[in-house]
Amino acid sequence: MTVLLLGIAGGLGAGTRFVVDGLVRSLFRTALPFGTILINVTGSFLLGLVTGATLHGAPTDLQAVAGTGFLGGYTTFSTASVETVRLVQAGRPGLAALNALGTLGLTLLAAAAGVILVGGF
Amino acid sequence: MAAKPNAAADPRDAGTLGAPRPSLPLHLHPGYIAVVVLGGVPGALARYGLELLLPAPAGWPLPTLVINLAGAFILGFLLEALARRGADHGRRRILRLLIGTGFVGAFTTYSTFAVEADRLLASGRPLAALAYLAATVIGGVLASVLGIWVASVRRSRRSA
Repeated sequence: MTVLLLGIAGGLGAGTRFVVDGLVRSLFRTALPFGTILINVTGSFLLGLVTGATLHGAPTDLQAVAGTGFLGGYTTFSTASVETVRLVQAGRPGLAALNALGTLGLTLLAAAAGVILVGGF
Repeated sequence: MAAKPNAAADPRDAGTLGAPRPSLPLHLHPGYIAVVVLGGVPGALARYGLELLLPAPAGWPLPTLVINLAGAFILGFLLEALARRGADHGRRRILRLLIGTGFVGAFTTYSTFAVEADRLLASGRPLAALAYLAATVIGGVLASVLGIWVASVRRSRRSA
């Protein structure tokens, strides 16, 4: 049952990513893929919250469905990588590096902030 | 109508997901959202299965690394292969959203990667964390480049 819910939550996470990315793209026309960055940073923060809550006694089904399912489906690594390569191909190596390292730094901070907010590792 | 980058008004989509809706951008079209959700379900399940199956030596998150690098390769390959076959509409658009945005997007994950890296740091293993970060970020870019390259070589061989 949990696995079924995990799958459905993952699909809904992917759908949410599609809508959020489209909305951000239509609002901000930037060379930097701001939509993917926003998705990955917010998703990492929320997974930090879920992980911290699970470490402090929240049911593991929550981690599976909300964390592995929804937030795993919402955030994406493949698009972030391909977008970095596309920036290099477009002759914007500086922006490519900023995208890769900026996303990395922000997601690490966001995830840590989420965990710390509910009591830490 | 002025061309919008996200406009789903392409009449060549007619028949693939019902009548085209000129007023709706792609990301607000219920049919396209459903296609992404449909691809995302098996993507998340495949990730969950591989996380259970693949070993994590000494707690080092090898499963997520393998998943993310495989997904970065597949997405690079898919997007390049589709782009080389023609404009993004009709069947190609459905495949991009179903397999690319849906399946591979949900298969790979940034949030799990970030939390796992933080956990390695928090447990006093900075070198293991650094290796994980470098392998994921540099490996992901290389895997995407490789996927794009394989798709372009395949395509130019066929058309040669």
